[in-house]
Amino acid sequence: MAFTFAAFCYMLALLLTAALIFFAIWHIIAFDGLKTDYKNPIDQCNTLNPLVLPEYLIHVFFCVMFLCAAEWLTLGLNMPLLAYHVWRYMSRPVMSGPGLYDPTTIMNADILAYCQKEGWCKLAFYLLSFFYYLYGMIYVLVGS
Amino acid sequence: MFHNHRSGPSQNPVALHPSGPGYNMAHQPPYNPTQVKGPMPPGPGLYNSGPYQPVPLVGSYQAPPGQPMLHRPSMGPPQPMTPPQSASPGPGLRMPPAQATPPPPVSANSYYQHPPSWQYGAPPPIGAPPSMAVPQHGPVANHVTSSPSPAPPQLSVGYNAAPPAIHNTMQPLGPPATLQGYTQPGSAPPMNSMVAPQSYQPGMRVPIAPPPTMRPTPPPTGTPNATPPPPLVPKTDGHIQTPGNGAPFPNSLDHLETGHTMTGPAPPPGPPARHMGQSYPALPPGYQNTSAPPNASPMHHPMQTPSQPYSHAPQQYQQTSAGPAQLSPSLAGLSLQSQTPEALRVVNLLQERNLLPPGPISPPTPCLPQDLQKINCHPEVFRSTLTSIPQTQSLLNKAKLPLGLLLHPFKDLTQLPVVTSSTIVRCRSCRTYINPFVSFLDQRRWKCNLCYRVNDVPEEFMYNPVSRSYGEPHKRPEVQNATIEFIAPSEYMLRPPQPAVYLFVLDVSHNAVETGYLDVVCQSLLENINSLPGDSRTKIGFITFDSTIHFYNLQEGLSQPQMLIVSDIEDIFLPTPDSLLVNLDECTEMVQDLLKSLPHMFGKTMETQSALGPALQAAFKLLSPTGGRVSVFQTQLPNLGVGSLKSREDPNQRASAKDIQHLSPATDFYKKLALDCSGQQVAVDLFLLSSQYCDLASLGCISRYSAGSVYYYPSYHQQHNPAQVECFQKDLKRYLTRKIGFEAVMRIRCTKGLSIHTFHGNFFVRSTDLLSLPNVNPDAGFAVQMSIEENLVDMQVVSFQAALLYTSSKGERRIRVHTLCLPVVNSLSDIFAGADVQAITGLLASMAVDRSVTASLSDARDAMTNASIDSLTSYRTSVLTIQQPGLLAPACLRLFPLYILALLKQKAFRTGTSTKLDDRVFAMCQLKYQPLAYVMLMIHPALYRVDDLTDEGALNISERTIPQPRVQQLSVEKLSREGAFLMDAGSVIYLWIGRNCNPNFLTQVLGVPSYPAVPQNMTMLPELDTAESQRTRAFIGWLREQRPFFPILHVVRDESPLKASFMQNMIEDRTESALSYYEFLLHIQQQVSK
Repeated sequence: MAFTFAAFCYMLALLLTAALIFFAIWHIIAFDGLKTDYKNPIDQCNTLNPLVLPEYLIHVFFCVMFLCAAEWLTLGLNMPLLAYHVWRYMSRPVMSGPGLYDPTTIMNADILAYCQKEGWCKLAFYLLSFFYYLYGMIYVLVGS
Repeated sequence: MFHNHRSGPSQNPVALHPSGPGYNMAHQPPYNPTQVKGPMPPGPGLYNSGPYQPVPLVGSYQAPPGQPMLHRPSMGPPQPMTPPQSASPGPGLRMPPAQATPPPPVSANSYYQHPPSWQYGAPPPIGAPPSMAVPQHGPVANHVTSSPSPAPPQLSVGYNAAPPAIHNTMQPLGPPATLQGYTQPGSAPPMNSMVAPQSYQPGMRVPIAPPPTMRPTPPPTGTPNATPPPPLVPKTDGHIQTPGNGAPFPNSLDHLETGHTMTGPAPPPGPPARHMGQSYPALPPGYQNTSAPPNASPMHHPMQTPSQPYSHAPQQYQQTSAGPAQLSPSLAGLSLQSQTPEALRVVNLLQERNLLPPGPISPPTPCLPQDLQKINCHPEVFRSTLTSIPQTQSLLNKAKLPLGLLLHPFKDLTQLPVVTSSTIVRCRSCRTYINPFVSFLDQRRWKCNLCYRVNDVPEEFMYNPVSRSYGEPHKRPEVQNATIEFIAPSEYMLRPPQPAVYLFVLDVSHNAVETGYLDVVCQSLLENINSLPGDSRTKIGFITFDSTIHFYNLQEGLSQPQMLIVSDIEDIFLPTPDSLLVNLDECTEMVQDLLKSLPHMFGKTMETQSALGPALQAAFKLLSPTGGRVSVFQTQLPNLGVGSLKSREDPNQRASAKDIQHLSPATDFYKKLALDCSGQQVAVDLFLLSSQYCDLASLGCISRYSAGSVYYYPSYHQQHNPAQVECFQKDLKRYLTRKIGFEAVMRIRCTKGLSIHTFHGNFFVRSTDLLSLPNVNPDAGFAVQMSIEENLVDMQVVSFQAALLYTSSKGERRIRVHTLCLPVVNSLSDIFAGADVQAITGLLASMAVDRSVTASLSDARDAMTNASIDSLTSYRTSVLTIQQPGLLAPACLRLFPLYILALLKQKAFRTGTSTKLDDRVFAMCQLKYQPLAYVMLMIHPALYRVDDLTDEGALNISERTIPQPRVQQLSVEKLSREGAFLMDAGSVIYLWIGRNCNPNFLTQVLGVPSYPAVPQNMTMLPELDTAESQRTRAFIGWLREQRPFFPILHVVRDESPLKASFMQNMIEDRTESALSYYEFLLHIQQQVSK
């Protein structure tokens, strides 16, 4: 039982994933608020947009950590989401600030539904990966 | 509907819907085969479905006798019991009349009366006279009553009504139908039942006739036919449509209900056409020419109308002519079964060439019971792409037609009831305004037609100011008019109503001065300064800009206007915030001084740069405390400061067949600024006068999201382009003097189960059903795509309500409410029968604009083509029982492929023809925010032959005779060298003169001796004192009157540079890069029969 770099990565990822889960929940609540009329889309986009890049960067950060730790399987599991994030940010609407959401199109039923679905999928992914990292951490700690 | 697959209709439904944000309705399951309720076999069963249980209901209905009008009696004819206190003449309950002719307004304030006829603004322009649209009133009712002849009064009613109807329309046919109706007598109860449901039935507000859905066909039993306005009504409609009827004519007295006096306004063209009954449909589609006439008539009278009218007519007729009734039952049954309604008549597009009706096309009429239909919202204000709403999303998906609404909510109306009351009655849970389609459970309670909640009727609502009687809530104007305006009490204000505030932002760079537009703007303003809408609080201000921003201090007390220059465009500030916007009344002279000197002030400027962005920021700062309207005049690409743009257009790519780039904005500066403006109730209207590329795609955002409007005058120049100058002048005049609403919001509510998918137009969407409109103007149209989220089972009808809350220029807070009621159907054939091809085309155009911007132009073009292929495929596979060769379409969609082809050749979507990017983007803007009537002319111009105008069939409007030439197909083969042709393309009118044109026409109309003498740039017809000239000018004048903007007239001859634009509108012809109509049909056929 030793405290390796890999174990450290898992612990860190565990904590960061917990943070990402909050991001995802916040995202879901925000879109729900939009859908049910409570919120002004301009305000909502203003609160959501600054959170997009931090979320993506956190994810990129521990992916890089796993790369350094040579945890290929874990890295592989995260690659699809990483690729999705890159694609998503590349195809964002014309905006001068950071972020993804444009208040003029966000209320379109298709986009709203897409964003809601995206939120739920990410939440599920982060939850699963949370438990996977927990398992991974213990496995590494015990195994070494 | 709008999907990508290019290869045509694939059999696999799933494939059709690409995932992702697209046009597809996201959540809906693709077509679910199981769901398909195929075209219901017309079975007797159908009729059962209704809520109306005959007998019992009847009983119940009767019960209330004592109570005056509990139910919104509208329907029924006069129940005997309902002796309204009001001495009102007839038993007829909810009389149509009420609408229009509300009896003498009680208090002047509360109810403004207007001229009687319910006509909406423009006279007969587009659709048949509005009035026509409405079918007769509840014939059913009458019928019912009469047959049983219960109460004397009823009878009278019935009869009264009948006669008129007959006059108008009824012709030969009547009888058969009638017969059916007649048979009913026995079944009288059912009729009542219909009525009854409203009041009693829990679930439904049923007024509607039995399941509208049903086709009349099956049940031979007369009853059903009569009542249920099966959408399908066989062609009878034609005659039925009483010309005048829809319009509740003022005159129509209550008792006349049915009879509604048809004051047939000049039912123009259509009259003759009545086809005779049913037989028609049976014919195989081959009879070419013959068809034309029939079509024609339907068109004038709403095509669809059939259904309802159908029922009506017959009945009414019958009433009068009771005798024949006997025959009918069997006969009727037969005919019905074998027939299909006119709207569904199968047309083989490949064989029938002449599909255009001779006159304007009127929208189909929903199959509602007459009394509901009669009060339904006017189609020019509010219409749906499908006048029969599918019961489920899967059914809608299967039909492959888009479901949506087209609105023109702030249209200038000639007759609008206005109500002042301290409490505006609304549903407590969904906040719907009380409207004609709610049901009164009893005198004290009403049930919302959107959420079905039962609400109390407030005490105040019991008193009817119109009849000055108490206890008749259903007779209040709110319940009698589908379009009504309320003067809102203070709960509807977040702040005191703002004054009218106008700010003009003028480009004064060298380029701008060169075009000479300043003269025109200043001159127009000077002329119209007193007609600007407003009151004593109205404020006005001016900003000019080139590379710096110039403000004008117009404060009272100064000897002359004082110009303040701000050259720090990086950080714009207001030099003297208080005196830049001044009260118009107090400072009129100062303003006039400024307007007189402005054109000369910059005569020598050499400044070529344009700091539009900073100028807009300054305007925003100036107006943000109050809100208001900013009118920006820009003549070049902004190239200084924030929001500067670069030219993105490559002239060599204009004609490329490849994808068009740069349809989306280059920067979000204008969009963000527009959102800020929207938040402060500022709208920005953009006038772009430029000969070069201005990046309208980016600049347009400023208007698009702040609910402004965009005007574009390519190659505007005072000397070189006088036609543009005239057009600009006329537009400005209209712009300055038209009505305006400030700090507006519009909410669109719909019956539970339906939801709004996407909005189209200029606005900011603030929540799922709320549009923020800092300004609203009478020329703005909106479109809404709908989706069906929950199945609409158990519903006979659904309603849509658009409520526009605005501050008038007089500082009054007002709410204009429009309510539209449509039947729900559950078979594909009924959906097709209710399709409104113009509305569908308009909605598809808006969707295609979105698609071009988010995806690509070619994608949008494919999507449009597929829309027509898919719907026809669906029709062929699901509705047609007999497969025939050819390209088959229901009569109501027979123009669909033509319109799609026209869209593909429209400036906005064409490829392969040199089109400037700005022209294209402007066309796209127009498609999205123009009201449908104008959009249709842009898409498919109307072509008339005018060298042989006669007074035959002419309209007579206020002493003027307006000839009505027949609409020709847009094909060169229709042109002849011997003739002169007028093409009305909405914002422009071309008069093409053939080389060998009748010399008489040249001399009498154009005032020139011979063809070569026709001037090259002729834009006006001389006022000659000849019959020909008067006719031609009357006709052109009449066309112009029908729209708020001023179409320029271009006289085109063979050598004219404009000949190309004229010829580009010949959409049925082949061009180098586009298919001819026939080839396009072949292409569709190939895809359809795959």
